[in-house]
Amino acid sequence: MKQLRSSVKIAFRALAMNKLRSALTMLGIVIGVASVIATVAVGSGATERIQEQIASIGSNLIVVLPGSLTTGGLRMGTGFAVTLSESDAREIPLQCPAVAYAAPVIRGGAQVVAGNNNWATIIYGVTPDYLAMRDLSVAQGEEFSTSDVDGANKVALLGKTVVDNLFGAANPVGQPIRIKNVPFTVVGVLTPKGQSSTGQDQDDLILLPISTAKRKVIGFNPANADAVNMILIQARSAGQIAAAQEEITALLRQRHHLQRAELDDFSIRNMQEIFAAQEASSRIMAFMLAAVASVSLVVGGIGIMNIMLISVRERTREIGLRQAVGAKTRDILTQFLVEAATLSIAGGMVGIVLGVAASVAISQIAGWRTVVGPGAVLLAVFFSALVGIGFGYYPARKAAYLDPIEALRYE
Amino acid sequence: MPPLIDVRNLTKTYSLGEVTVRALQGVTLTIERGSFVAVMGPSGSGKSTFMNLVGCLDRPTSGRYFLDGVAVESLDRDRLADIRNRKIGFIFQTFNLLPRMTALENVELPLLYKSGETPNAAALARRALVSVGLSGRERSLPSQLSGGQQQRVAIARALINQPEILLADEPTGQLDSRTGNEILEIFVRLNRESGITIVLVTHSDEIAAYAERIIGFRDGRVVSDTPVKLAALRIGPAGIGAAAEAEARP
Repeated sequence: MKQLRSSVKIAFRALAMNKLRSALTMLGIVIGVASVIATVAVGSGATERIQEQIASIGSNLIVVLPGSLTTGGLRMGTGFAVTLSESDAREIPLQCPAVAYAAPVIRGGAQVVAGNNNWATIIYGVTPDYLAMRDLSVAQGEEFSTSDVDGANKVALLGKTVVDNLFGAANPVGQPIRIKNVPFTVVGVLTPKGQSSTGQDQDDLILLPISTAKRKVIGFNPANADAVNMILIQARSAGQIAAAQEEITALLRQRHHLQRAELDDFSIRNMQEIFAAQEASSRIMAFMLAAVASVSLVVGGIGIMNIMLISVRERTREIGLRQAVGAKTRDILTQFLVEAATLSIAGGMVGIVLGVAASVAISQIAGWRTVVGPGAVLLAVFFSALVGIGFGYYPARKAAYLDPIEALRYE
Repeated sequence: MPPLIDVRNLTKTYSLGEVTVRALQGVTLTIERGSFVAVMGPSGSGKSTFMNLVGCLDRPTSGRYFLDGVAVESLDRDRLADIRNRKIGFIFQTFNLLPRMTALENVELPLLYKSGETPNAAALARRALVSVGLSGRERSLPSQLSGGQQQRVAIARALINQPEILLADEPTGQLDSRTGNEILEIFVRLNRESGITIVLVTHSDEIAAYAERIIGFRDGRVVSDTPVKLAALRIGPAGIGAAAEAEARP
């Protein structure tokens, strides 16, 4: 213990003797630790953002889209067929035990006018279930109800972007708007959700009761008046998503009278899977960034080894004297290891400060979210100490095994 | 009680590349507890090698070395370090103080490597500094001290663990003669009052005259071993070394 205490004291004194040299040596570790912290912060910021998006989409969600339509050899892509209907949406929660809710959605673009302002946005025709399933809430006013859907009332819920463009700072609740020249009353404003991971503005939309949207705004599809663009489904739990997908597939195949050999005329997408894949890839990206950054830590470590070798040579006589008055191999080893560790831990501390500052700067300048967790900081301290001890070991060992006679005679 | 230092047929051979140097070629002698011995000889005579072996800084190629009754010739480096720490105090020509440490810290240094805690290390070191006449200079750095003062700090450091032997390698080589004499007076006092054994390497007859026995080395062997008082009786203080040298010549 007294040796350790004294070693730390000696180390600080030795490092203070050559301030510029110590500072330059530390710089390698500073840069290494700072870049590890900053890259990990950017990586975990991205991961956290994706996790939030999974939450903002709503939990345990499954999306059913109409299948692709092939007309005379021309394949139109997913969503063009009119195979999904409101009655499918009604039947799914009744027939599929793994499904909690199903909400039909129709979608279309429209020009919206309020007073002197107008704005083009996307109109969603939905049921009240949709809001609950997407975790959408109303910041001002209130949601529309099932009776609004039944009565095809002309009520609208506006996204934040639409409100900004039509009303500016004024309160839109209770105000009239015209969608495709049909007068509606604004009953509520949705809580903003911000940008999606693909950069889409999730607040640039208007929600209408599905019945009203179909009759007054988007219009019927001539091929199937009951058709919907999408059915949003919530499974009872995350564990039942797979079961729900199977039940829905079986039910829809039966309802659509598909023969065994025929392909599905709809497609089922599980949002969790998509985002889980995105999250995994962002994690890999973050890991790779951190790996690249840690290369600079290794370079910093080599700098420490270099300086320690010089220090051992410069202090050969001191080492010889210490050996003469009774320092054992371990004493000398400890002294130089502590010195190397002091350099690298001090560098690590400065690196943490710079890394955190860099993370803040990145989120300010680039607008990326960055997250500096205590784990990353601990890891940085641990690794910088490890680098110091790892790269300090060879010089320290060299010092510890000097021949005392030659060391004392060294000029 | 066995003699403090008992070496028997000690040899040391170095190999410098293809050349082998036989630095010691069979040295047998004993040094009694409480004696004051001067070691003399031209450079390359093997006296430094002998001092290194006696100081447990090195191990002999062959032969035996009993220090205080303990065979130390084959101990490992850490055991030797422990013996140096407890039994031997070193005084060097160039003082070998650690430049960044104060006088007090330099004196405390051997306590750092002593096994077990020393609760009153600073007080011990202060007392040691007082005993060599350096009270009040505890916080001085070596660079702020004169050569004589630096050597006094080194002596205090050598004494801190109450060693049996003080090994001094030309301790006055870098000092003027007046300061050198003051240092030698300290040695004499320590030898007389504390009974500490002193082995001192010197080139100077005048300095050797402070000792009570002079051992002369040449070509890796002991060529003379003379009690000073006897020599002094015959020749007088100034001519002792010369007498030893003369005897050594074939």
